[in-house]
Amino acid sequence: MAKHLVQTRLNGEPVEFLCDPHATLLDALRNTLQRTGAKEGCASGDCGACSVLLDGRLVCACLVLAAEVEGCEVTSVEGVAQAAQLHPIQQKLLEHAALQCGVCTPGIVVAAKALLDRNPDPSEREVRYWLAGNLCRCTGYDKIIRAILDAAAELRG
Amino acid sequence: MRRVGRLLTGLMDSPARGYEAPDSVEQAVALLSAHGPAARPLAGGSDLLVQLRAGLQKPAVIVDLKRIPELSAVVLDDEVLRIGAARSSAALREEPSYRALFPGLLEACELIGSEQIQGRASIGGNLCNASPAADTVPALLVNEARCEIAGPEGRRFVPATEFCTGPGSTVLGLGELLVALHISRPAARSADAFLRFTPRSEMDIAVVSAAARVQLGEDGRCLDARLALGAVGPTAFIAEQAGDALRGVSPDDAALERVAALAREAAAPIDDKRGSIAYRRQVAGVLAKRALRVALARAAERTRG
Ligand SMILES: Cc1cc2nc3c(=O)[nH]c(=O)nc-3n(C[C@H](O)[C@H](O)[C@H](O)COP(=O)(O)OP(=O)(O)OC[C@H]3O[C@@H](n4cnc5c(N)ncnc54)[C@H](O)[C@@H]3O)c2cc1C
Ligand code: FES
Ligand code: FES
Repeated sequence: MAKHLVQTRLNGEPVEFLCDPHATLLDALRNTLQRTGAKEGCASGDCGACSVLLDGRLVCACLVLAAEVEGCEVTSVEGVAQAAQLHPIQQKLLEHAALQCGVCTPGIVVAAKALLDRNPDPSEREVRYWLAGNLCRCTGYDKIIRAILDAAAELRG
Repeated sequence: MRRVGRLLTGLMDSPARGYEAPDSVEQAVALLSAHGPAARPLAGGSDLLVQLRAGLQKPAVIVDLKRIPELSAVVLDDEVLRIGAARSSAALREEPSYRALFPGLLEACELIGSEQIQGRASIGGNLCNASPAADTVPALLVNEARCEIAGPEGRRFVPATEFCTGPGSTVLGLGELLVALHISRPAARSADAFLRFTPRSEMDIAVVSAAARVQLGEDGRCLDARLALGAVGPTAFIAEQAGDALRGVSPDDAALERVAALAREAAAPIDDKRGSIAYRRQVAGVLAKRALRVALARAAERTRG
């Protein structure tokens, strides 16, 4: 089958890869580019474990074709920390023990970052609504929400 | 022989797959016409990719419409808001003046799925997917949206009320695509509203939805009223008689009760896991009344403004 050539930027670095024309961005990230941070929870847009930023916008990588990201800027969870320095959202998730199995965590980190980049001082309600598309089977959400509010406070300084 | 046969069937099951991202409407029409039913247009993909994955759609060629400037643009002039069919809900929400004009339509956009889904989901895709429960459709109907369609024969306009012909089917013919939705600026003292009922507050499909648009006269009477219902018929539809019942009258509680009764009558729902027929009828009446109340309050506010 004819493969499709895609040139894009991933976490600030130019990348080039071949894909099946109907493969998803999630497949390309995980299987071709070996960036396994984004997880496949449902492959139908329901769980948010595959959340990435596409040109700064929060999307489900399972609902984007790899071929669509030609010339775009993709940010996955691997691009959130600065070298060995965790992002405050990541640090606070750890401090609040806001993860158990961790499958939802990469998606939560990316989604929370998208929120705080737009709205540095969200209310608890705004955080809960923003994360409606990120399911967690383990934590009961409360610790996640506290961690994000705490990270927002720290980022505001 | 048998093996060759199997090989051939195998090949026919999975024809060479393609992805095209044309940058003009003309190219998109040419691609859709050349491939016929084997091609499928792609906007945000939040319906199409789910259907692809589930094996419900098996297009050979996917024609991505998002690189066509006309389909991603929104233009507001003195008369009309023209929304490119592939513009994402999240991108549409960013401009506050659209919400000021059409709060009901924007509310419907904001209810689609999650932030992630709204990052991709377009109004055009919502309409073309033709689900009876699609959230933006009732709001398009009450706002008398006109659908700009491009095809091999050129462009044509179809009223949104005629666009969906049944669950999953539309008036689009071979080689045609939806280019944009045109909505006239609201008349003086008029406003829209949209409400839906779902068991969960987010990430759920409407059990019933209702959109309303009203125009008040200088004397506080209702000059015009339109009510649309979703998820209670094969397509979303305008409940004509319910709207007519408000025209020329003062929109008091008694008048709204009459509208609610007519909305219950107009509803033709099915029984399914999301609600029984009786329940959906009841909720249709309640939502009709509430959506009208919100639209009336907004129209009154605009009268003062
Ligand atoms: C998790 C999840 C939650 C959802 N929640 C909701 C919800 O709450 N409310 C709701 O209404 N919907 C919901 N949806 C469905 C979907 O997100 C919406 O219907 C969305 O508006 C579809 O738009 P799209 O741009 O993604 O369309 P696409 O998936 O790209 O296209 C949908 C269909 O229309 C065709 N099409 C698209 N654009 C055109 C065009 N311009 N011309 C011709 N044909 C075209 C495509 O070929 C396809 O058949 C949800 C989906 C998911 C995955
Ligand atoms: S894997 Fe993409 S939303 Fe669940
Ligand atoms: S920590 Fe297990 S799903 Fe969230």
